[in-house]
Amino acid sequence: MRFGVVVFPGSNCDHDCYYVLDRVLGQQVEYVWHAETDVSKYDCVVLPGGFAYGDYLRTGAVARFSPVMKAVEAFAADGGYVIGICNGFQILLEAGLLPGAMMRNTGLKFICRFVDIRVENTSTPWTAGASKGDVLRIPIAHNEGNYQVDATTLEEMKRVGQVVFRYCSPEGAVLPESNPNGATESIAGVCSREGNVLGMMPHPERASEAALGSEDGLVIWRSLLEHCGASV
Amino acid sequence: MATARVYITLKEGILDPQGKTVLRALNNLGYDEVLDLRVGKYMELELAGDDKEKLESRLGEMSEKLLANPIIENYRMEVDA
Repeated sequence: MRFGVVVFPGSNCDHDCYYVLDRVLGQQVEYVWHAETDVSKYDCVVLPGGFAYGDYLRTGAVARFSPVMKAVEAFAADGGYVIGICNGFQILLEAGLLPGAMMRNTGLKFICRFVDIRVENTSTPWTAGASKGDVLRIPIAHNEGNYQVDATTLEEMKRVGQVVFRYCSPEGAVLPESNPNGATESIAGVCSREGNVLGMMPHPERASEAALGSEDGLVIWRSLLEHCGASV
Repeated sequence: MATARVYITLKEGILDPQGKTVLRALNNLGYDEVLDLRVGKYMELELAGDDKEKLESRLGEMSEKLLANPIIENYRMEVDA
């Protein structure tokens, strides 16, 4: 598969994503500068974590108007696969490619640690290789991960399976104490109605090698590769 | 030339962790009369032109598109033309 990893001024997980896709998974990867206006040659576009445009105004608010985002919008509308991780998720929300918005963590602290997330929907291209209820140990690193969405939208999202990951205990129980940032219903990741766009706060690229403490993030990349019939 | 001010506030029902912390800090300082506090944003703009109606409509557009996130925020503006 051909992956494009978008680089905004202020992205800082672009190299990690590139490394995992290239060296761990053996896929074709290229960096895509934010001024690019066409991403149609890729099978999947990755919006990596970081602090695009310094997170000024609101996280993702300025990045969302980068030239490349017009191309990503067209790509997603055509059914292209897009994954936004952390800041990438925030950008997808600002762009309206995913429903909801991010607020500051309720504890007002930047949180950087491993968390457990439960797979809520396995019928997406990103989670087909997991089993419902699987608990993945993947790190988060954010200050604005407090996911907010209005009640009506949330009901519809749950009905069609757009809630993909929830923060949980190591045993898989969704408890208030396992919610690190105050996110509505402990939501850690959501997808578009069609499932081709995924946004998640945890960093699967930081949990894709045993040497880094967890390989649980691999299931997300591998699910997509399998879904697209790519060889791993 | 005109000047404008845009006030961005969190919508009702949206939890404001920052506001809650400032509220607690004021209460801790002994200002017990402060019952609630919400933090917002204030912006000052210089605008070219003097057609107030047009400027207001343009500024509304800017607010919806970039300055505020309509999912979580409301905005209010004042234009002096």
